[in-house]
Amino acid sequence: MKEYFGNIFTALYTIFVGMKITFKHLFVPSVTIQYPTVKPQLPERERNRLYVNIDDCIGCDQCARACPVSCITIETVKALPGEDLGKTSNGKKKALWIPSFQIDFAKCCYCQLCVFPCPTECIYMTDVYEFSELERGNLIYNFSTLTLEEKQEKRDNLAKFNAEKEAEKLKAASAPKPEIKKDQQEEK
Amino acid sequence: MFDLFYKLTGSEIVSGVIISLLPLFLFILPFALFAVLLERKVSAHMQDRLGPMRVGYHGIFQTIADILKLIQKEDIVAKDNDKFLFNLAPIIVFTGSYAAFAVIPFSSYFIGSNINLGIFYIVAITSLAVVGILMAGWASNNKYSLLGSMRSVAQIISYEIPTILVILSIVMITGTMNLNTLSEMQTGYFWNWLIFGGPGLSLTKFLLIPFMFIGFLIIYISTLAEVNRTPFDIPEAESELVSGYHTEYSGMKFAMFFLSEYANMFAVSAIVVALFLGGYQSPVGYLGDLFNAPWLIPIEQFFWFTVKGVSFVFVQMWLRWTLPRLRVDQLMTTSWKYLIPIAFFNLIIIGIITLL
Repeated sequence: MKEYFGNIFTALYTIFVGMKITFKHLFVPSVTIQYPTVKPQLPERERNRLYVNIDDCIGCDQCARACPVSCITIETVKALPGEDLGKTSNGKKKALWIPSFQIDFAKCCYCQLCVFPCPTECIYMTDVYEFSELERGNLIYNFSTLTLEEKQEKRDNLAKFNAEKEAEKLKAASAPKPEIKKDQQEEK
Repeated sequence: MFDLFYKLTGSEIVSGVIISLLPLFLFILPFALFAVLLERKVSAHMQDRLGPMRVGYHGIFQTIADILKLIQKEDIVAKDNDKFLFNLAPIIVFTGSYAAFAVIPFSSYFIGSNINLGIFYIVAITSLAVVGILMAGWASNNKYSLLGSMRSVAQIISYEIPTILVILSIVMITGTMNLNTLSEMQTGYFWNWLIFGGPGLSLTKFLLIPFMFIGFLIIYISTLAEVNRTPFDIPEAESELVSGYHTEYSGMKFAMFFLSEYANMFAVSAIVVALFLGGYQSPVGYLGDLFNAPWLIPIEQFFWFTVKGVSFVFVQMWLRWTLPRLRVDQLMTTSWKYLIPIAFFNLIIIGIITLL
């Protein structure tokens, strides 16, 4: 009998305790962040979409080699001796045209390993994380700023230059030695 | 109300149809829309969330959008379903809960049918839902649905007994089953409500108060179980039975189950309010009396009835987001070992007091 009334009392008492707690929570400010309109505060060193500041890139290919999933593809074209490509922001001389600098974000694992080897700090993580696409191909980002004609021009220039040099080499095979040395220096 | 429409239309049938459809379009549908939103908002805020926020200001049109979605949905009937019973079940369940509104007195001027057997009629007609639920579970040809509906039937039948015993004690005190008369008896101020022993200032009134509180608790718990709400929602226990008897339903048939659930929630709250908390009577007196404007009184009565009913619906939601679900044996224990004996003793004691 005592247990019976004890049960009733415990049931009612615990129900009221629970109801008190839930009622209190009715007035606790909610923790929800209204996502698309209100963005959550990300940590300082968050890793999201990569960005390449192509003006600073010297085309050294170190990032592509560091990438564990091989999502970076860089194509470089040597600049001709007379061309001046300018300097990077930390004073390195640029010597290569970059007709294509592609990052495939479908493959990218956001490990940030490509960021550290970069000698000019031109590849870095941004805070952009909303870049979903309907087509997988759209996730391949091309950071090169050269137009198609420019790329072709640079490639042709180099081919022409190489062909000239080859011809000169053939010619120099019969000529005296110092001239060859001069050529080699130029090439460097 | 019927006389008014009779004068306006001049036809008994037309006015009868109007008066029978009025609560549906005036009250049940808007209430269900409101209650679904309220439920989601209450649950969200109790869990420190926000709930629907996108459709309209703080998501107030969310349920309208949901209804539009449900109307467009495909009405799936599985191959092995019993088509006839499957289609009939939601209609029966909804009829059961809608028919209960016929005798609920929203105000002294708005009561569908002022019959003398009011509360008895409600007890009888709400049992129709049991048939519909069993039908839905059987016709679905799905083990979870059948288990859910069998549990539901066992539960509703068990919990009807304490409900009826408490109703019986009220009938013993007042001597009437007419819900309108019951509400009229509790006029005046809130200390005339039956939960405070009814009108008058006699010794019986004060003797009755504790037993009325017990009766109130019992009827609240057992009606909660009758409409299959948490903590008594084992028929649809989503973590064990998928969704109980409406697992196989989709589109508007599911919406009908949903609508009848929310209509039922209000119906049982309305019964509790009419029996214990003065029905449509204002707790503090009427503005219509104050300003000598008798036309204001029915509107106020409707307002008070809705406020009382909705606040009990709110408590049902509050309980839902507080308590975990009972086990089947615990459910039966609660009914047969606790509620029914207490209700019996309560009935006997109230009987003795009323004899004094």
